[in-house]
Amino acid sequence: MIEMFQPDFMQRAFLAAVLVGITAPSVGIYLVQRRQALMGDGIGHVALTGVGLGFLFQANPIWMAVLVCVLGAIVMELVRARGNQRGDIALAMLFYGGMAGGKLLVSMSSQAGSGSLESYLWGSILTVSPGDLAVIGALAAVVVAVTAGLRRQLFAVCQDEEFARVTGLPVRVLNLLLAVMAAVTVTVAMRVVGLLLVSALMVVPVAAAQQLTRSFAATQAAAVAVGVTAALLGVGTSYQADLPSGPTIVILAILAFALFSAVAAPLARRRHRITAEHGPAVCDVALPEQDGKEPAAQAPASASGETLSSRGLAQ
Amino acid sequence: MSAVISTADSDRLQPSSAEDAEPAVVSLRGAVAAVGGRPVLRGVDLTVRPGEVVALLGANGSGKSTTVKSVIGSVPLEQGRLELFGRPLRKFRAWHRIGYVPQRTTAAGGVPATVREVVSTGRLPQHGLLPFRRKDRAAVDRALTAVGMQDRAGDGVANLSGGQHQRVLIARALVGVPDLLIMDEPMAGVDVDSQQVLADILRTEVERGCAVLLVLHELGPLEPLIDRAVVLRDGCVAHDGPPPRGVGQHALPGHDHVHPHADDHHHRTTQGLLA
Repeated sequence: MIEMFQPDFMQRAFLAAVLVGITAPSVGIYLVQRRQALMGDGIGHVALTGVGLGFLFQANPIWMAVLVCVLGAIVMELVRARGNQRGDIALAMLFYGGMAGGKLLVSMSSQAGSGSLESYLWGSILTVSPGDLAVIGALAAVVVAVTAGLRRQLFAVCQDEEFARVTGLPVRVLNLLLAVMAAVTVTVAMRVVGLLLVSALMVVPVAAAQQLTRSFAATQAAAVAVGVTAALLGVGTSYQADLPSGPTIVILAILAFALFSAVAAPLARRRHRITAEHGPAVCDVALPEQDGKEPAAQAPASASGETLSSRGLAQ
Repeated sequence: MSAVISTADSDRLQPSSAEDAEPAVVSLRGAVAAVGGRPVLRGVDLTVRPGEVVALLGANGSGKSTTVKSVIGSVPLEQGRLELFGRPLRKFRAWHRIGYVPQRTTAAGGVPATVREVVSTGRLPQHGLLPFRRKDRAAVDRALTAVGMQDRAGDGVANLSGGQHQRVLIARALVGVPDLLIMDEPMAGVDVDSQQVLADILRTEVERGCAVLLVLHELGPLEPLIDRAVVLRDGCVAHDGPPPRGVGQHALPGHDHVHPHADDHHHRTTQGLLA
């Protein structure tokens, strides 16, 4: 067990996994809050063009991917902000163009080994070099600083954009910042889980966490905990069982989601029992015949009146 | 308590408040705006003076919500001029003086959030990039108490009833102790008991000198509070003056009838208004 922490490449792998486990859910929670859970997936597609450009110009694929992802994310945000009805078509063009362009560029480059492209599609955490790790660490630090430091502002913008504008927040700047952070996260996570599964690590830990939480702050903390745990266990498991690391991490995160969902239902029932203690356990108020099926008679009069009159108002 | 804070705020931000005529809180002149390429406002004038309660009435699609959205700058004006607290929108920075209650939608965010977390976002103009401090927390507590939701502070917003959710949105607008409250259909989907609660909350705010711009479908329990009614029809102001009193919602000018005989009756009502 201990020997897997011995080799340098494993230490780097664990470190990279922790960094991704923290950053991906930190950004992902805002995308999920804004119901844009699949944005990370789109950026992942676009990133492939960046990797292809890196191969073609013999540049560092990570930096090229950062550049292209940021551009792609800004375009996506501008399309979203315009609320254009054809917006999803524009996004589809961007995604598939990015994917196809990436493959074409890689095949045009001299060092065209399909194996190296494979390592970006599915991740290859064991080949993370010290230089890669430094880049990943720096980018992760920026992402965590922004998403934690501006959490109230980003929460407000993602919760209710129009209200956020009336509080005087620079809504457009914050939206673009979030898009850029998502793009940076994709490139950070690219080596660990691969471009095809990047989005999973941004979304699944958040989805798992919110099975058990009621507040945004708790969801944020729990999502990061799930992300880090899944990443560490995933790298360990993939070493022990000789499995690819990216898919292992994602499957573990999905298992966490399944486990939390199974626990959530009984937990919610218990909570409900505690809050319902003040009211009568069963309806004990006799109702006139005609609206016998109305669920009145629960404790507060206002709550029962609500269903009746709101139905009336709705006409 | 809250009134003291509000005067202090306005003194600080308006050193020239010694001027004789305090500028109108909202001054919209000749507003022309389109939504999705369709012209919705065709030259709307709207003024709200300090401490005044103005109701914006009209049928569905008459441009009430668009007017409010252009006042907060979220629907851009194609023509016309907008001033808030005497400053053109472009130069307006004192957003902490405005509390906005949007039309309630059932769509919650994709991540759970508590009542307290949502109400706290209303405090952003005050603390900005600085950390959320004790006085901010105290302001949130006050706003929650004012709307009677203090005991639900830790509950998820997704599990609230319509009336409770509306109270949360109002608390979010009140937490900054605004000088102008803008509310879009605050009574929609709210039962009669909660409507009375909302009317009481609003009365307290009006009594401390807060101006209110309300979009309403009917006057209802808010009627006694309203100083002036502006009735919109097809993107134009059809009436600006005392609220049409003593009449039910069905006699309201421009009321959108859904009865089978709607067309005929509707026509006569609006004719009467123009006369």
